[in-house]
Amino acid sequence: MALLFSLSPMSLLRAMPGAVAQGLIWGIMALGVYITYRLLDFADLTVDGSLATGGAVAVMLIRAGVDPVIALVAAFAAGMLAGFVTGMLHTALGIPGILASILTQISLYSINLNIMGKSNQAINVDQYQLVVSLRYISGDAATKFKFYGGVILGCLVLVAILYRYFGTEQGQAIRATGCNKSMAKAQGINTNFHTVLALMISNGLVGLCGGLYAQYQGAADVNMGRGAIVIGLAAVIIGEVLFGKLCAGKKLAFAYTMIAVILGAVAYYIVIAFVLWLKMPSDNMKLFSAIVVAIFLSIPYLKGKYGKKGVAA
Amino acid sequence: MAYALEIKDVHKTFNSGTINEKIALDGVNLNLEEGDFVTIIGGNGAGKSTTLNAVAGVWPIDKGSIIIGGQDVTALPEHKRAKFLGRVFQDPMTGTAATMSIEENMAIAARRGKRRTLKWGVTKAEREQFKEMLKTLDLGLEDRLTSKVGLLSGGQRQAVTLLMASLQKPNLLLLDEHTAALDPKTAAKVLALSDKIIEENNLTAMMVTHNMKDAIAHGNRLIMMHEGKVIYDVRGEEKKNLKVSDLLAKFEEVSGGEFANDRMMLS
Repeated sequence: MALLFSLSPMSLLRAMPGAVAQGLIWGIMALGVYITYRLLDFADLTVDGSLATGGAVAVMLIRAGVDPVIALVAAFAAGMLAGFVTGMLHTALGIPGILASILTQISLYSINLNIMGKSNQAINVDQYQLVVSLRYISGDAATKFKFYGGVILGCLVLVAILYRYFGTEQGQAIRATGCNKSMAKAQGINTNFHTVLALMISNGLVGLCGGLYAQYQGAADVNMGRGAIVIGLAAVIIGEVLFGKLCAGKKLAFAYTMIAVILGAVAYYIVIAFVLWLKMPSDNMKLFSAIVVAIFLSIPYLKGKYGKKGVAA
Repeated sequence: MAYALEIKDVHKTFNSGTINEKIALDGVNLNLEEGDFVTIIGGNGAGKSTTLNAVAGVWPIDKGSIIIGGQDVTALPEHKRAKFLGRVFQDPMTGTAATMSIEENMAIAARRGKRRTLKWGVTKAEREQFKEMLKTLDLGLEDRLTSKVGLLSGGQRQAVTLLMASLQKPNLLLLDEHTAALDPKTAAKVLALSDKIIEENNLTAMMVTHNMKDAIAHGNRLIMMHEGKVIYDVRGEEKKNLKVSDLLAKFEEVSGGEFANDRMMLS
């Protein structure tokens, strides 16, 4: 009871803008996870490394005087490179996907340290014209509007580009590769090439997210990507559970699903803000995230096993 | 003129050097004329499906060569051989992408052997073309272009896969027991459709089957395989006059009467 009384609804409310902003930014990474996990059917753990790589590259370039927007492009490219390495380890060297991605992730830890020269590098929003920043949330109305409008518009543009891309011949080849390799090969699709391509696009988005998030929090940290894959999966699954029925069967179902994934990331950060507000020690957050993802991942399986008969039988 | 397909002394051993070593193809030789429709029969493990997979390039062969339409494809990987081949598999799930729509599956097949570019995956004109083609199946699929293929029945999926195989006219159509997983009525329909597509497009085709009646009733040529070799090859009038009992006798002769528990008995 004492705990309950000590909670202030206002402080929860105050935490919301930050949670939404974080969710939108991490939603971009969730789109990347969606591409590998759902479209390519590949559990890609590169994410934990490539997110920090994106952050590190962006921050170091900004510190060197490069425009923060260009730094984001570079973060995207750095992420793609990480995806390329995982893809080659898997397709050219025959290492199982999940292992290949762990190898890349681990090696990226050293590479990220090398990029930054130390484990943490800061950029001050007063010094640079950052694309996004924590500071903008507490700014005046015009700044807030510009910030949220910009981030939401950016997310929608990304969704539109991805929607268009996965409707092209090449995008369909990636989806066929992820859905049914035998069919893809029989139709002349180079499944190795398209696997690498999808991993590059996915990790490009993850790197972009890392670059944005580093600008948002004003620093890149070698550990900023730790557990990112779990957040990405949580966003994908929460998005599907919350909005799946709304998306199914629609003409733009795929675009809606991607928006749902971004909203899933927002929902994840709102829940996190709520749990923190309940004064749960933040040390336990990763445990909490993992439990949430485990529950959501097991639902389809348990439904099939103990749920209503008739669908499978 | 070049043969549509030449299989020259093809050998393939699985799990070589282990206790599970299995000689799957033991010097297969076969030439197909343009327009040949060959049915392939044989007991379990005779090398029928393995022969088709060798042609399709699912794995590299140990020895020999495969020549399609005069071009040696022995060294080409599976996806590069695809431009010569239309394929329908035993498992209806194998030939199509379940999470993609009917039109997307067909559009992917329409681009078999072509570069995948950044153009739209399905064009308006194609949509109309696919609709017309699906109408001929008489399965009501022409109104379900955007339905996911995973929602279709096994027979419907095989029918769509057959259409897909013929969208880009293949040098060779490979049918690998493509009716074995279907109920008898659906199997008969899919077989009739196969005949129609082969005839209309004047295709060269190979069809593996366990059903001897089907093997006799379809195609212009029949081969029997046993222990990784072609042991019987009939065509034309001689094939037309074959009876199931002839094939059983032939099979008994080569296998020394040990066919009692074979699936072939069922037909």
